[in-house]
Amino acid sequence: MNDMTPTREQRTAVLEGMGCKRKRVEDIRFTQGKGTYVDDVKLPGMLHGDFVRSPHPHARVKSINSDEALKVPGVLAVITAETLKTVNLAWMPTLAGDVQMVLADGKVLFQNQEVAFVVATDRYAADDGINKVVVEYEPLPPLVDPFKAMDADAPMLREDLAGKTTGAHGPRKHHNHIFEWTVGDKDLTDAAFRKAEVTIKEMISYHRTHPSPLETCQCLCSFDKIKGELTIWGTFQAPHVIRTVVALIAKIPEQKIHVIAPDIGGGFGNKVGAYPGYICAAVASIVTGKPVKWVEDRIENLTSTSFARDYHMTAEIAATKEGKVTGLRVHVLADHGAFDACADPSKWPAGFFNIVTGSYDFPTAHLAVDGVYTNKAPGGVAYRCSFRVTEAAYCIERAMDILAQKLGMDPAELRLKNFIKPEQFPYHSALGWEYDSGDYATAMRKMMESVDYAGLRKQQAEKRAAFKRGETREIMGLGVSFFTEIVGAGPSKNCDILGIAMFDSCEIRMHPTGAGIARMGTKSQGQGHETTWAQIIATEIGIPADNIMVEEGNTDTAPYGLGTYGSRSTPVAGAAIAMAARKIRAKAQMIAAYKLEVHEDDLEWDIDGFRVKGLPEKTMSMKDICWAAYNSVPPGMEPGLEAVSYYDPPNMTYPFGAYICVMDIDVDTGVYKVRRFYALDDCGTRINPMIIEGQVHGGLTEAFAIAMGQEIRYDDEGNVVTGSFMDFFMPTAVEAPHWETDFTVTPSPHHPIGAKGVGESPNVGGVPAFSNAVNDAFSFLGSTHIQMPHDFWRNWRAAKELGVFV
Amino acid sequence: MIPGPFNYHRPATVADAVKLLASLGDDARPLAGGHSLVPMMKLRLATPEHLVDLHGVEGLKGIRRDGNRIVIGAMTTQHELLASDEIARSAPILHEAALLIADPQVRYRGTIGGNVANGDPGNDMPALMMTLGASYRLEGSSGARDVAASEFYQGAYFTALEPGELLTSISIPAPAAGHGYAYEKLKRKVGDYATAAAAVVLTMASGKVATCTIGLTNLAETPLSAEDAARAVIGTGLDAATLKKAAAAAEAIMSPAADARGPVEYRKHVGGIMVTRALTRAFARASS
Repeated sequence: MNDMTPTREQRTAVLEGMGCKRKRVEDIRFTQGKGTYVDDVKLPGMLHGDFVRSPHPHARVKSINSDEALKVPGVLAVITAETLKTVNLAWMPTLAGDVQMVLADGKVLFQNQEVAFVVATDRYAADDGINKVVVEYEPLPPLVDPFKAMDADAPMLREDLAGKTTGAHGPRKHHNHIFEWTVGDKDLTDAAFRKAEVTIKEMISYHRTHPSPLETCQCLCSFDKIKGELTIWGTFQAPHVIRTVVALIAKIPEQKIHVIAPDIGGGFGNKVGAYPGYICAAVASIVTGKPVKWVEDRIENLTSTSFARDYHMTAEIAATKEGKVTGLRVHVLADHGAFDACADPSKWPAGFFNIVTGSYDFPTAHLAVDGVYTNKAPGGVAYRCSFRVTEAAYCIERAMDILAQKLGMDPAELRLKNFIKPEQFPYHSALGWEYDSGDYATAMRKMMESVDYAGLRKQQAEKRAAFKRGETREIMGLGVSFFTEIVGAGPSKNCDILGIAMFDSCEIRMHPTGAGIARMGTKSQGQGHETTWAQIIATEIGIPADNIMVEEGNTDTAPYGLGTYGSRSTPVAGAAIAMAARKIRAKAQMIAAYKLEVHEDDLEWDIDGFRVKGLPEKTMSMKDICWAAYNSVPPGMEPGLEAVSYYDPPNMTYPFGAYICVMDIDVDTGVYKVRRFYALDDCGTRINPMIIEGQVHGGLTEAFAIAMGQEIRYDDEGNVVTGSFMDFFMPTAVEAPHWETDFTVTPSPHHPIGAKGVGESPNVGGVPAFSNAVNDAFSFLGSTHIQMPHDFWRNWRAAKELGVFV
Repeated sequence: MIPGPFNYHRPATVADAVKLLASLGDDARPLAGGHSLVPMMKLRLATPEHLVDLHGVEGLKGIRRDGNRIVIGAMTTQHELLASDEIARSAPILHEAALLIADPQVRYRGTIGGNVANGDPGNDMPALMMTLGASYRLEGSSGARDVAASEFYQGAYFTALEPGELLTSISIPAPAAGHGYAYEKLKRKVGDYATAAAAVVLTMASGKVATCTIGLTNLAETPLSAEDAARAVIGTGLDAATLKKAAAAAEAIMSPAADARGPVEYRKHVGGIMVTRALTRAFARASS
């Protein structure tokens, strides 16, 4: 060897494989404003569509008159439910087994519901047209409060379901009832509560909020009448699912539908489902024969396309006097708005809310969820979380704090006492999940040591004493959160969307020069797939990540997959990538053995190629193997180097983490300051630590927003009052706290590379940390639970109700 | 979020602008920074048929000293206000307040004239102008007149501006050397209007407050001058009882609306706290 021979470290470094803080390759275009988003796609003769929306939350539509609108220069068509009925598209199926009006059909059920679609030569003309459509309404009493939805005298919202006693998920108890979903052993749980030495019960609400990605929902539909083909550019987190849904409802053969999701400016669950805008733009293109674009504005995004949460959770814990939990009982009232447009796997009407036992060893538990209709926008989607997991984590983490308070125990100690122990994995939870791996106590202790938890508690005690002496008007709270997520939907045995199993896929083709292209069924919305997917391949097949081009989002070229949401990309597609790469390596090994004139078994893998065991000089690099694959493969072998994998995961993955928030609140104004936020995440194997850190920062900022003020609020008359960023709390860098991140690594035993997914953990774990901090701050004044969001005036109200103003 | 059709005019002189506004009547609106008007047009809550853009008008920009007064052209941006040494030296409360207006991008476009002339109770500058005893130069087809800021605001978006009149400059008497000042603004986030805000300018003599004015932002349909509160502190050393009395006097004239920033009771309560904090900080800054 001469001095020029690279060392093993250099050979590894050049790959920029797993574990490398590789810079995001997509940022080169994003940071220069050179991305291609849907609104950047412009086709010749393109038309623009926009909606006439209902000012009423609940009303009968008596008539729609488009005569004046059609006289506006540039307006070409006004589409109503009557138009859509001619193609049987006035209603569309939702992913949750319900149906949803595309355009108001006889009635409107929420404010800003889509009533008519005006198509014009430009957006200005379309909006001029909207203002000339005359709709006659007969207002009906609105139903706003979900707790009144099943009152005997509650108005019937869904007349289309009148008399139907069974819905998609079983019996309906009332004309505004959607489903009841129960899990767990009721008798055993009731018995645990009868025997309990200590119990707590609290109604914990997780308010309605919205994913509000930077780029709103939008699409461009172009129907080619000659070929009978429909091309849709759209902000789709799951392009293949959209194509299948369109094929099923529009009766266009699936091969004649081309769905392209270009660059996407954030999704957070908002872009999983199908919206009236997509259907109307497609129909308008078919009707006019021209491309039709639909782009939501911010008000429309916040008030019509899917909201998140709106879960009202009554949690009860049974425990011993020593603080050992013996049972959990939860009832949820789920407000779905006018249509159940949840984007959950089809058989899971409340998503994976049955992860609500959290990180704790509950011997028994019982859960019941009732879904109801109200006069609000339909949903709800999983806003940066696996299906209803953030609601579940908030519920159990608040409830554990409330139990700790009742027992007079430290909340961290209570958690340590009840954790599932490392030797219990794989752990079967009382509500039916099999947790793959975890070492909770180690993570918790690392968090406590890193922040000097004992010191913070001491400081808090001093501050409380000073407050009581009247020396300060500031109170201090410590918000502990220990979450376990369930992500990676999912195994075909329990997860499907409209009958399609929730596998994911990868196709890799290596070219002669040692560079390749990889395509997946997932779709990045900012997660950095172009960077991280190439890193997995780099490590698996020894080709530099820079030489692998990652492409997603075009249903004509990408292998079928279920898309990106619910932190499923790394657990499912990440596994498919590793498996496809391993197929490449297996074929490469045969080629190398042939070229090196040894038996395959005499070769061993070494960073970026194969070497002959015992003869380290005799090697063949992957780059050379790629060349050989195109000119000198062993006799009988097909040339080329290409592989595809469809991965059906054997189980979900269960990332976890220990978070703590240190907060100070001025009781006079309710103004809070996050003094410190520490987040320890265990997402198993870490593919790109820098991207993980970025994901955690982003998710924590959203969690901060949600817990401290971000809500979609309706007044008593059903008017949505948070329709813009003036009132819908969207924190900037100024408001966002400083984040400290940390990690432990407990690989998933069933995943090919041991990775669990991380994108949503910070939202799931962050919300309870903030809320627990506020609640902990006030607890010494006698409060048990203060509902979110914890914005300034509500903190002041809490202080006032606790009697701090005399 | 798409405005309706309108005609666009870009006059070069104040006379031309005034003539246009007079001849076009109620259907015309002057356009300064556009940060209030344009969003309203996008929502079609404002549908002017004519926009008279003032960016081409000569002589509407700039900050100058005129004897004992500071004169600010209406088209001076918040950014230019922040960059001005004259303002930092003579009326530092404007500097402090401008930093709390929206964000840098908005401050590059937003003008002081637009801020004070629009009559939006959420804007910060009107209460400051009342506190500083400023007057506005209004020019119309029948000539020019000066109106005191304290006389200008009549209701939310209602002002003393007559149809066809243009606010062309602001004149502020320079506060006394050694004065104390503070602008305390509680807001939910960067870019938000005040939940409550208070401006204080005071002078001291022999350790006591000699003169004091207090302005309140977004606590009523118009900016308020809290005269009783100011009177309560004059002649005192600003002890705790006086602060409490001043806050109570200020709260007594507040009539904020309940909105997402909080219910009426909260907004008045924090309004009182803003007065207390502004007084305390101004007092500490003033030289005796």
